[in-house]
Amino acid sequence: MTVSISTSKLTIKTMLYITQQQKDAVNAHAAAEYPNECCGAILGHFDNGSKTVRDILPISNQREDSAKHNRFLITPQEFMFCEKTARKANCDVVGFYHSHPDHPSAPSRYDLEHALPVYSYVIVSVAGGQPDKMTSWELQNDRSMFNEEQIQ
Amino acid sequence: MITIQLPTALRAFTDGLSDVQVEAATVDEALRQLTEKYADLQRHLFGDDDKLRSFVNVYLNDEDIRSADGTATAVKSGDTLMLIPAIAGGRV
Repeated sequence: MTVSISTSKLTIKTMLYITQQQKDAVNAHAAAEYPNECCGAILGHFDNGSKTVRDILPISNQREDSAKHNRFLITPQEFMFCEKTARKANCDVVGFYHSHPDHPSAPSRYDLEHALPVYSYVIVSVAGGQPDKMTSWELQNDRSMFNEEQIQ
Repeated sequence: MITIQLPTALRAFTDGLSDVQVEAATVDEALRQLTEKYADLQRHLFGDDDKLRSFVNVYLNDEDIRSADGTATAVKSGDTLMLIPAIAGGRV
């Protein structure tokens, strides 16, 4: 874990441990769905605020076709499916991923408004069909902002 | 007693408890009791307009309360309320 100091307070950056193979799975899903957004669950373990990824669970984007280019939705039913799949594998849902087609991998205002704390929100930007930068974010408990996690 | 089951992400605000028990006559009352007991949950369940956030879904004994009377739906002792989020976002 690394410690970075901002101007006003001490902040501890959390880590997301993810293998290259798991990153490849997210990137492949993002490329396959381009120009639409892809989404899925990240299964793994929580460990002192950091997370270790065990598996990537692609989910079909449930938004209507006309909105899939800039929105994703995992329904409550799909959420329960993710939880059940994680339990069977003796792990937890530690976060979710989605793509930003032709857009930076920074979370949007819409992402912020719809986020839950604790989970990692992995975002991969896709430029012209090619997966580009991957980032991971965790909602601050007061809902005011996301804090970027370190991906390793 | 009404049992409220919480998703993993919200257990950080209930001292790690997955199930919280409250006494209430409606879904709204049950959720208010939950947030009175665990105040940090308030902002994640309810928006600035004090309405349940759109991505928070409540199931009463496995049935979506939207198909009943929403948060005004009556509850009785022995009922289980499950809070199940939808996960949403997007680039703009």
